[in-house]
Amino acid sequence: MNTKYTSLTRIGAAPWKFLLLAAALLFSYTLPVHADDHEVEPPSAGTEVVDQEVSDSPYNGKYEDFQASEGFALFTVSNLWILIAAFLVFTMHLGFATLESGLCQSKNTVNILFKNVFIISIGILTYAFYGFNAMYPGAMIVDGVGDWNGYFAVGSWFGVDRTDTAMITDDYAGYTWWTDFLFQAMFAATGATIVSGAVAERVKLPAFMLFAVLFVGFAYPTAGSWKWGTGWLDAKGFYDFAGSSIVHAFGGFGALACVMILGPRKGKYTESGLKPIPASNFPLAAIGVFLLFLGWFGFNGGSVLSADPALVSYVCVTTALAAASGAVSSILFSYFACKKPDLSMALNGILAGLVGITAGADVVGIADSIIIGLIAGAIVVSSILFFDKQKIDDPVGAISVHGICGIWGTLAVGIFGDSGDPEKPFTVGTQLVGTISYSLFAFTFAYVVFYTIKQIMGVRVSEEEEERGLDISEHGQEAYGSRS
Amino acid sequence: MKLIKAIIKPFKLEEVKDSLSEIGVEGMTVSEVKGFGRQKGHTEIYRGSEYTVDFLPKVKLEIAVADEIVNKVIDAIVSASQTGKIGDGKVFVIPIEEAIRIRTGEKGDVAL
Repeated sequence: MNTKYTSLTRIGAAPWKFLLLAAALLFSYTLPVHADDHEVEPPSAGTEVVDQEVSDSPYNGKYEDFQASEGFALFTVSNLWILIAAFLVFTMHLGFATLESGLCQSKNTVNILFKNVFIISIGILTYAFYGFNAMYPGAMIVDGVGDWNGYFAVGSWFGVDRTDTAMITDDYAGYTWWTDFLFQAMFAATGATIVSGAVAERVKLPAFMLFAVLFVGFAYPTAGSWKWGTGWLDAKGFYDFAGSSIVHAFGGFGALACVMILGPRKGKYTESGLKPIPASNFPLAAIGVFLLFLGWFGFNGGSVLSADPALVSYVCVTTALAAASGAVSSILFSYFACKKPDLSMALNGILAGLVGITAGADVVGIADSIIIGLIAGAIVVSSILFFDKQKIDDPVGAISVHGICGIWGTLAVGIFGDSGDPEKPFTVGTQLVGTISYSLFAFTFAYVVFYTIKQIMGVRVSEEEEERGLDISEHGQEAYGSRS
Repeated sequence: MKLIKAIIKPFKLEEVKDSLSEIGVEGMTVSEVKGFGRQKGHTEIYRGSEYTVDFLPKVKLEIAVADEIVNKVIDAIVSASQTGKIGDGKVFVIPIEEAIRIRTGEKGDVAL
């Protein structure tokens, strides 16, 4: 799971601590260090924080000693796996970009790709400047200075001394601080990408960009810290392995709030009934879903946070089974509910199964993972049809896939999950509290922020611009060039 | 000289072209067009909602021929593109006042 229980200092839950530590580190450089003698206590740098950090390190700041240690091989493999997993999660952004491009009209493709480029970039940057330390305030505050309340931490720049063995050896975790950052940063941008699909084809670009910065930069790490940063939900025994709630329900319900403020695309819900706006490019949509499927092996498999062979392979199997059964059940369900086997529903079914298994991929049984996927596939089809009846226009089905199936996956842990501790079993009640907290927080945050943006600058393009397509009206460019 | 304008089903284009080559037609202009006749459009389904596609894709052939072979050309087009089902298309015959080959300035049948 993504929660970390290291006893190490994490810099910067509050800016003053960062400054204090920086000053202390500077001071420590001016003193002679007997680093070759492990028995000798390193020179005190004069502040409690640094004192504790340096004396905790078994390698006394010598990376060579760590390289020669027994655990180095395992550490290297684990670190490499989590890096690969981070790259796989990155390919999910490629998947989102292609899926959204395929399911929307071709006149809005440039705009969709532009939003996806912006989100991954701003996601990584805000996570470096603020998010990482806000999401993982660390044990320093809980054990040491003791003032993290479990609800909200202020983040800061993530920089640390790159030679500090407390950050780049198994003294930190089963991987380095840098790997940790990269993996989590790739997750962070996902929340806003989910919203991007739901508001596509009518949202005003600057309004969305502003919203995305606040949503991914501020709201996501704040909510994420409740569980993965050992906050109040973690203390309650809530479980969310790789983020059915923390990432997916969060994104899905943020999307719901935005769509409610934004309204449906022009011409979809008419007086004479629902007029669908069909996908413009199914091959792109299918490529997108397969890329997301691939990336999910990193999303879930990497969330093991080590290269433990048994657990990583098990998690990848439950992930694949849930995706496959999600597809099968959505195909069957759409065949009856939609009169024909609908490809867009089958694609959404794969994603529904994946979102569903994400919360409990490591704690549910093999048969359970299939049941979770089957139910997720049925839920996603009914949910998409339901939202269409409510005139909540979601071009890619993001609210149903991520929001509704995110809730299902989280609750499924309470039904099927084995906590391995008879004293503290998973309960549907705790899971419900957790998933509602995330959904409600994301919905409320998105509603307030997006509504405020609407009052200030408007969130929707004009009817004329919408008809012409956002590619020309917002960017002055065409996706598939007319002059060729 | 006559201009023969034929609207046919797109997948019949190759067969029509082959049978026209056989009877000695040396050139034609082909465009992808959309439209409807008695066939009307058809319905498609997306996410459980039906919608009608009013304009169906067709191919339009334009062939200028000498008067003597007009009937042979029409027969070739009709027999090659006929499926017997609704939506097979139409053939129109329009008189041509003059034809000029741009390269040489030749006029009349020799310009075809």
